[in-house]
Amino acid sequence: MSNTSTTNDTLITGDQTYHSVTEAISKVTERDTPKLWYLIFSLTFFLALMFAGSIGYLFFEGTGIWGLQIPVGWGWAITNFVFWVGIGHAGTLISAILLLFRQRRRTSINRFAEAMTIFAVICALIFPGIHVGRPWVIYWVFPYPNQMGVWPNFRSPLLWDFFAVGTYFTVSLLFWYVGMVPDLAMLRDRAKRRLRKLVYGIFSLGWRNSHKNWKHYELSVLILAGLATPLVLSVHSVVSFDFAVGIIPGWHSTIFPPYFVAGAIFSGFAMVMTLAVIARKVYGMEDFITINHLEKMNIIILVTGSMVAYSYVMELFVAWYSGNQYEQFIAMARMTGPYAWAYWTMIICNVLVPQIFWVKKLRRSIPVMFVASILINVGMWFERFVIVVSSLAQDYLPSSWDYFAPTFWDVIMLIGSFGLFLSLFVLFLRWLPMIAAFEVKGILPQSESH
Amino acid sequence: MTEKRTYGIIAEFEDSQTLLQAVREVRDAGYIHFDAHSPFPIHGMDEAMGERRSPLGWIVGGLGLLGCGGALLLQWWTSAVDYPLVVGGKPFFSLPAFIPITFELTILLAAFGAVFGMLFLNQLPKFYHPLFYADRFEQVTDGGFFLSIEARDDRFDAGQTQAFLEKTGSSYSEIIYEHTSESEEEEKPEEGDRA
Repeated sequence: MSNTSTTNDTLITGDQTYHSVTEAISKVTERDTPKLWYLIFSLTFFLALMFAGSIGYLFFEGTGIWGLQIPVGWGWAITNFVFWVGIGHAGTLISAILLLFRQRRRTSINRFAEAMTIFAVICALIFPGIHVGRPWVIYWVFPYPNQMGVWPNFRSPLLWDFFAVGTYFTVSLLFWYVGMVPDLAMLRDRAKRRLRKLVYGIFSLGWRNSHKNWKHYELSVLILAGLATPLVLSVHSVVSFDFAVGIIPGWHSTIFPPYFVAGAIFSGFAMVMTLAVIARKVYGMEDFITINHLEKMNIIILVTGSMVAYSYVMELFVAWYSGNQYEQFIAMARMTGPYAWAYWTMIICNVLVPQIFWVKKLRRSIPVMFVASILINVGMWFERFVIVVSSLAQDYLPSSWDYFAPTFWDVIMLIGSFGLFLSLFVLFLRWLPMIAAFEVKGILPQSESH
Repeated sequence: MTEKRTYGIIAEFEDSQTLLQAVREVRDAGYIHFDAHSPFPIHGMDEAMGERRSPLGWIVGGLGLLGCGGALLLQWWTSAVDYPLVVGGKPFFSLPAFIPITFELTILLAAFGAVFGMLFLNQLPKFYHPLFYADRFEQVTDGGFFLSIEARDDRFDAGQTQAFLEKTGSSYSEIIYEHTSESEEEEKPEEGDRA
């Protein structure tokens, strides 16, 4: 965990020179599109189109096409929203918090993880947007002077959420883009064809690696990291307020903000892991995203997974200790009631699975971490499902209880959102520098200027 | 055909250490309008160039305060003045409930300051720059280390400055010209001197 120059050689393997780094990262975007890419993209794009089509049908028919029914007015759409926002958190954590801690090994994975953040937050923003019932007046959440003479209710957590996730998306996008400008300039300088030179030229803003520019640039990135760190902690806290400020049993709890943030980082790292394991193999980036990087990520998964496990225990303890019979009931109902299958799926995936990473050998085994990362994301989806649905289904009045069952459209939209996410990600891998080349060059042993 | 204006000289160096050393010598020789270009920010370059700390923090701080104050003002005025409405029995100006949005807008505006302030200070986007016409300058995003001295510097003299740069250890240098629309027909300046 040291950041001295002596650890440099372990960060990037394979005797890299500046030029070999440029080549390895640029050539992915420069060679002819591989057949495999077309195959994967057409599949994911098909799913994304399915998503778009089902949203069209939703607008036409209304939210009744989902399994929503009073008392469960928030079903899979809100589950998916919380799930996708959570996925995004790892990207910001890697790019911002590890930058502030001067963890220089982050340079290999930050670009990648930030891209994942952007695409996950796009998926996340869609769900509450289409869930509002009348999406064509979604602009009412903006505080703009209008002929009705009213303003949005600033005391509502749902409005806080709009501001939090909107800010999160904007800041993440800016952070990602600013970080990419020097690498876009690299692609511009290597471009042979006119169109390519023009497009990368426009997006690289005329960047020329000048030290008068680097001075402001480095401070800008540092400040953005400093802003993104409290922001990322606030975003999932605010998302948790959607629940915690409500008085539904099982929601109304002060543990929610830290519990949600830990879960978000946990699931986000699992998603980075899934994508990184595939991408480094397919694109031959093993020298940049080394087994050491993956091991460090597994340690973070273990730590945050244990924090999530602690939260589960604490939730039960608080329910019991509150002396409130509704809280006690819902805690028992989650474990033994109609949604017990979801609860125990969550426990197995989120509490038991990450514990395998205590063993160094498993922590460094690619197949093990790949399977574990997928299981963790299944578990984290179920965590949100348990929170959203089980509390609503069995609140104070037994006469209004109901069992939520998803419809065909619920399933299609969840799968479709993965299609959108993966389509964007595959496009990113094809056209943009997936690893921060200039940052990697800065940690090569020969870059030391003393 | 119009006369070409000289922009300055660019010189290439072997690696970050020699560039850093050359920058120190150029500064000690009294040059002011010079710049270093490298594939990644070099640690210690600001001190070597005698650059002052970036004022970006002031822009960010100012906009952050504006975001914070603006958000509070917005929520106070809409909820307590323009259309007072009792929600959940809370006071019209219910500060705790207004904190999340105040926080988010502070961050949002501060981040705008960090990004657009940086672009403003760097005078970007700037799609034309004489340096882009230097023969080897596209190496700078790959693995090249360059030092440029502008002709507007008082101490600049094409011949002497070039000789001076060679002495500091540059492996290649070239005189750069401004490219006006009239001179655009020619791709390269004909007297691009090689050392």
